[in-house]
Amino acid sequence: MDELVTEFLTETNESLQELDLDLVNLEQNPNDKDLLSKIFRLMHTIKGTCGFLGLPRLETCAHHAENVLGLFRDGVLKVTPDYVTIIFESIDRIKYILSEIEQNGAEPDGDDRELIARLDAIYENAQGKASTDSMEDISKAFIEPGPDPEEEEEEVKAGEDIKPAPAAHAVTVADSDEDEEDDSSGVVPDAAKMVARESAVANQSLRVNVAVLEGLMTMVSELVLTRNQLLQILRSQQESEFTAPLQRLNHVVSELQEGVMKTRMQPIGNAWSKLPRIIRDISMELGKKIDLEMHGKDTELDRQVLELIKDPLTHMVRNSADHGIEAPEERARAGKPATGKIVLNAYHEGGHIIIEISDDGKGLPMERIKKKIISNGLATAEELAEMSTQQIQQFIFKAGFSTAEKVTSVSGRGVGMDVVRTNIEKIGGSIELKSIEGRGSKFLIKIPLTLAIVSALIVEAAGERFAIPQLAVRELVKASYSGENRIETIKGSPVFRLRDHLLPLVSLRDVLGLSHMNDAGESASEPASDKQYIVVTQIGAYHFGIIVDRVYDTEEIVVKPVANILKNIDLFSGNTILGDGSVIMILDPTGIAKATGEIDHADTMDVAEEEARHSERDERLTLLLFGAGKGAPKAVPLSLVARLENIKIEAIETSNDQMLVQYRGKLMPLVLFNEKVSLEGVEEKPVLVFQDEKSAMGLIVDAIIDIVEEKMDVEIGGKNKGLLGSAIINGKATDVIDVGWYLRSTGNDWYRMEKNPYGKNGNGASARKRVLLVDDSPFFRNMLTPLLSVAGYDVTTVESPLDALKLCESESHHFDVIVSDIEMPEMSGFEFAEKVRASSHWQDTPLVALSSHATPQDIDRGRAAGFQQYVAKFDRDTLLNTLSETLASNGKAAQ
Amino acid sequence: MTSAKRKDFLDEHDLENQGHELNEDFLTLYISNQLFGIPVLQVQDVLGTQRVTRIPLAPPEVAGALNLRGRIVTAIDVRKRLGIGGERKTGSQMSVVVEHGGELYSLIIDRVGDVLSLSREEFENNPPTLDQQWREISLGIYRLKKELLVVLDVAKVLNTVHE
Repeated sequence: MDELVTEFLTETNESLQELDLDLVNLEQNPNDKDLLSKIFRLMHTIKGTCGFLGLPRLETCAHHAENVLGLFRDGVLKVTPDYVTIIFESIDRIKYILSEIEQNGAEPDGDDRELIARLDAIYENAQGKASTDSMEDISKAFIEPGPDPEEEEEEVKAGEDIKPAPAAHAVTVADSDEDEEDDSSGVVPDAAKMVARESAVANQSLRVNVAVLEGLMTMVSELVLTRNQLLQILRSQQESEFTAPLQRLNHVVSELQEGVMKTRMQPIGNAWSKLPRIIRDISMELGKKIDLEMHGKDTELDRQVLELIKDPLTHMVRNSADHGIEAPEERARAGKPATGKIVLNAYHEGGHIIIEISDDGKGLPMERIKKKIISNGLATAEELAEMSTQQIQQFIFKAGFSTAEKVTSVSGRGVGMDVVRTNIEKIGGSIELKSIEGRGSKFLIKIPLTLAIVSALIVEAAGERFAIPQLAVRELVKASYSGENRIETIKGSPVFRLRDHLLPLVSLRDVLGLSHMNDAGESASEPASDKQYIVVTQIGAYHFGIIVDRVYDTEEIVVKPVANILKNIDLFSGNTILGDGSVIMILDPTGIAKATGEIDHADTMDVAEEEARHSERDERLTLLLFGAGKGAPKAVPLSLVARLENIKIEAIETSNDQMLVQYRGKLMPLVLFNEKVSLEGVEEKPVLVFQDEKSAMGLIVDAIIDIVEEKMDVEIGGKNKGLLGSAIINGKATDVIDVGWYLRSTGNDWYRMEKNPYGKNGNGASARKRVLLVDDSPFFRNMLTPLLSVAGYDVTTVESPLDALKLCESESHHFDVIVSDIEMPEMSGFEFAEKVRASSHWQDTPLVALSSHATPQDIDRGRAAGFQQYVAKFDRDTLLNTLSETLASNGKAAQ
Repeated sequence: MTSAKRKDFLDEHDLENQGHELNEDFLTLYISNQLFGIPVLQVQDVLGTQRVTRIPLAPPEVAGALNLRGRIVTAIDVRKRLGIGGERKTGSQMSVVVEHGGELYSLIIDRVGDVLSLSREEFENNPPTLDQQWREISLGIYRLKKELLVVLDVAKVLNTVHE
């Protein structure tokens, strides 16, 4: 059944149930104004909604009843018991129709002419002789039954005990026994059943006051905090009889928390339900042809968040339709299909919801924006000349841009975009914009799943701890005022060279005025120590660093609003209670950015520059160096490592010749890096954890040495199993390990578990999806092949696109998906993609690009060349997910 | 703000009503040797020395925030609010928790005394010579045998903090 209809049924049934109680009162106080207006309102709502939903019978019925009720409400007619009966009848009829709709999804056959005739009689009578008290005339309406003789017969039979008997049809049947019903007439509703039938739709869901849910949520939050406290106490104790019950409590609380969170979740489709109508109206009004595609309707997010983004979303879609999509003729001139397309897409990504709104319209008109910027005095022509396209586009989010009159004619996208941005940022989200003039625009909104519980990094400045929402934190850098990683100052403003970019810094002490606040007597020791940490923070596209004294752990925190007294301090977005019971303030990165001066999105780093930086860093990899046994240090790409743990030797158990450890509530197989790694004589050992959605394995090594960023030149000499070869890292010969080999060495379990989530329809080798991997770097070929094969793919690798095209020409090879590098010597990935698309044999094979720099520009270019997906190299999970998604969606498309 | 005002009005109103009937109970407390009273019904909790998290950039009278059984309570240093200088003896600090506008506040004071039941007959309005700042937060004075008790208007103490 249509979702709208279901909602309507639930709502109406509820209102009717409520009325049932009141109706008894109505009988006693027939002229209760409040009650009458309540019934009137209900009828009115039903009538209105029916018109919208296309339920003519219900609408007519409600309409006529409403007319009469209006008279009562306005005091034109005095309510008598006779009238009460007819009100009852109308309500019962409506109930009957509703239950039929619920049952069959459509209105029942038959009509309500008789009931309507009587209602009309009352109405017309009253209208005609409103002044005269012509009760008799009106009463006639009750006595003279409707035109349907058959119905009359039925009614007489059923309704002996009710006063104006022939007319009291619906009420009567309601009172009658079920076996009294007469099945001779199809017109007469099967009413007894209808009354007995409780609304099933209404019973499936329960409306709960939001306040109750909020209360529950608060309570659960408290419980979570208390649990954390208990666990913290437990950790400090060696052996405790509380261990087991606390573990159980831990699980129950986690589940409870999840459950309560779920009650607050709603599919984003709820916020979208009005959009098709809006688009339709706009397209009718403006003579445009627009298709609205909505993907990921079922993506769920917190009710509170949903409420907050509903309006901005509607606004943006309306903008896309209004200003983005061109009129059909214009589209035809531009060589586009006459029907424009607006695509909404929502999906989860690492604790966030991403909502994309894209259209294939005309994009942002740069010239007009520039003119507007200059005329509004937001920047000078000279300044504009130096800005990148993206920087200029960001101006549409400026407040000054929308308040100007006739914005629509100027920017095409200006109306209230600043409001949209503010609203989204208010809930810790961000909005990005990509637009190519003539090709369309795309907005990317990233919002947190829930506002109630966030993951935050705990930092310290001047002896005070603060929480920074993890969402804004990009990375952490250890720095100092002297020495290698130096914080430099330009006229007192600290900056830091982060890779090849100058990062503006803010000292948390200064911004919070903590250096002056030390009145507690502790000597306000300016920079407490030389060692400082920089929390690299990102707001939209703006990066800056926050200097803090210490960095603790990340913690899941329950955000509580600050007291009213503190509402005007923008630096705090809330406060919370940590596991140890202390109160801590939550910093608002946006507020900090603002406090450091007027920071605009336009000030963000130049895209071209960023790109240049990226290509320079091309092939540079973050590697984890570790020692195992004697000989050269070992290296593994950090992105493949899920976690580093120290595992106590005594916690290691052996089962079936396999070392296991209980890890996060599950058993994790452990493997010694090699036989030289010994477990003797130490209490604990460092373990690299490789993790997947379902399973994890640990690799026991001797020591973690360092994390470095290096260009990798693997000289293949992989004689030893488990080694890809050697490379010079940090000036030393280092063995690069083959993670795939270790993954497989934990036995079949890993294999099986891995295969299911990714090899979706893989039941047996024949169904394994075939992947063609094109990459010039032997290192990546060697790294990815095992990864993909353990994930259940059949992998073929080639060194260059040319080889791949040869395979293509030979026409004897078929692949389900092609994964290709972008930067390759003889032919770039983009060219390759175009060739593949142009080929006859592989034109429909999905292409996934793999690159070490995935800037929006690259992604766009990749899309244009024919890649479906663009994945950053070394992002194992995304690659696997992307592959399975691509295959799944392709499979669907093929059907 | 209007709701706060209404609350002020109600508080005063209550006070008068109760005054007409019977005695009213006050929790007495000392700040710098001055005796104050808060209507006992407004008091949620009395706390000893608590670990208070300082809040940078907050108004000076805001001493910080503390955790009271899972609720975050804003601590107000009544000394600073009343413009009483001087340091309190460390270690002897106590606070009285009151609710205002749906939020909990802990008023940091020096010491809590007894709960006294005071008769309306002993009540007097603020003497006109009373310090302006005090006149704002005092609902009136009770003449006790040994000393004078200033009735603290909790809402006012917290309201001005808001502005």
